[in-house]
Amino acid sequence: MPLSLDEVRRIAQLARIGVSDAEARTVLVQLNDIFELIGRMQKVDTEGVEPMSHGQDLKLRLRDDAVTERDQREGFQSLAPQVEQGLYLVPKVIE
Amino acid sequence: MLNASLNELSAALAQKKISSAELTQLFLDRTSRLNGALNAFITVDAEKSLAQALAADERIAKGDAKPLTGIPVAHKDIFVTKGWRTTCGSKMLSNFVSPYDAHVIERFNAAGAVILGKTNMDEFAMGSSSETSFYGPVKNPWGPAYVPGGSSGGSTAAIAARMAPAATGTDTGGSIRQPAALSGVSGLKPTYGLVSRYGMIAFASSLDQGGPIAKSAEDLALLLNVMAGFDERDSTSVERAAEDYRRELDRPLAGLRVGVPKEHFGGGLAAEVGKAIEAALAQLEKLGAKRVPVNLPSSGLSVPAYYVIAPAEASSNLSRFDGVRYGHRAKEYRDLADMYFRTRAEGFGAEVRRRILIGTYVLSHGYYDAYYLKAQKIRRLIADDFVAAFKQCDLIVGPTAPTVAFKIGAKAADPVQMYLNDIYTIPANLAGLPAMSIPCGFGKDDLPVGLHIVGNYFSEARMLNLAHQYQKATDWHQREPGGIRP
Repeated sequence: MPLSLDEVRRIAQLARIGVSDAEARTVLVQLNDIFELIGRMQKVDTEGVEPMSHGQDLKLRLRDDAVTERDQREGFQSLAPQVEQGLYLVPKVIE
Repeated sequence: MLNASLNELSAALAQKKISSAELTQLFLDRTSRLNGALNAFITVDAEKSLAQALAADERIAKGDAKPLTGIPVAHKDIFVTKGWRTTCGSKMLSNFVSPYDAHVIERFNAAGAVILGKTNMDEFAMGSSSETSFYGPVKNPWGPAYVPGGSSGGSTAAIAARMAPAATGTDTGGSIRQPAALSGVSGLKPTYGLVSRYGMIAFASSLDQGGPIAKSAEDLALLLNVMAGFDERDSTSVERAAEDYRRELDRPLAGLRVGVPKEHFGGGLAAEVGKAIEAALAQLEKLGAKRVPVNLPSSGLSVPAYYVIAPAEASSNLSRFDGVRYGHRAKEYRDLADMYFRTRAEGFGAEVRRRILIGTYVLSHGYYDAYYLKAQKIRRLIADDFVAAFKQCDLIVGPTAPTVAFKIGAKAADPVQMYLNDIYTIPANLAGLPAMSIPCGFGKDDLPVGLHIVGNYFSEARMLNLAHQYQKATDWHQREPGGIRP
């Protein structure tokens, strides 16, 4: 089932990526090509197959609840677009 | 020196035939001469490299050298490197100077290797041609009109053009092996979990794996000795005793069962590539290996399943790029939401945006079962194919890519055609298996062909054994592109 232009706009909204109308139309054609390729999966009977989320059967490790990171706030914040007094600044959210 | 193996370079350094500073300068000079034409490096910093080389020379003088001490290594610009700009091929990170080192970088630093520079790549490793980089496409040293493959195309082009003796790459769906094939060099994707992902900028975390790129299997073994190892900062790092990946290099191939999957010799395979692979298989038989037909019946579904799983994971991983803590932020915006929309529209290129949209869609309400869950089930079928095949053979051998290198721009407008380049490489990522590519001949316009070797979990030493024995009997891996001689 091909995607519609509205669906492309909705996905872009969910992904927080701005798209112009012209871009949305180009992307629509490409996404429909890609989903046609992806759709080949649907022909295969996978009833009863255990989904595989990972290449290794790993158990999550536990570690002692100890501080392992040193304070690097200044170094990290020097990379930020806008900081003030140790805080990351974003446009005002609450009026 | 430009064509020397890592062992030869190591010996020359130990015998004081050359210093690390001289060796580093040699490769820096060649890089500054060739990079304008090939665009293999995004960042070169001679001062930093030479400072490391001088430190290595001191270490050698003190008798404290390890096998890679003083040897320059080019790193894919996906490994964050302290004090170096690390862009991941994206505008989003064009101003990102890393405050810390990736585990892989730490390992090479501890070994005394010299960082030669950061290599160009498809943006966020999403591509098979190294054309989607914000910093411009990489050119194939075998023919500048052609792509070098991708996404680690900067690293493979650097090795092919002898701008670096060794390099690193990452492989999510073929990004080490496919460019190694198209650039005529050797590259290895280890078993998932062998090389730490700490500080390796994430694309699809259940598939991403770092690995070495070099001129020969022998060099790859030496590099893997440094790169592999447990790291508690990567939650999927495998706890295993350290191995010497060189230990089986000299083992004869007599009795080795080489599985040949008939599904990888079907319709999409270019005749010239098939011919080179057949010749390589004949050579392996001559060396004593036994050819065994195997089946990978679900491997045709690997590309569709991959283009659900990888974009799904990418859409989650790349949500961190929001213009707040690091990276690009749009100059003008109305409010917080508008800042996100503009920052991400401006900072990501078309292919990255497309994959985020695919991933967002397949994970969205109402579509999860039809796409994501279905793809995970297909992933199981593909992994099960290998379990069955490895009951009949020790290693699986076939083509790395269906064709030789294609022209720059030829597939850029058609994502599906681009995606099908990785049809033979993706299954190993989905299953988490180790796989590698080595040069095995040439096709049209004298462009290289790669031989794909897939092993069972943690069988890197055996794969390198086959590759090394093949390379001792042939000289494809020693050929160098003619047009770029100084």
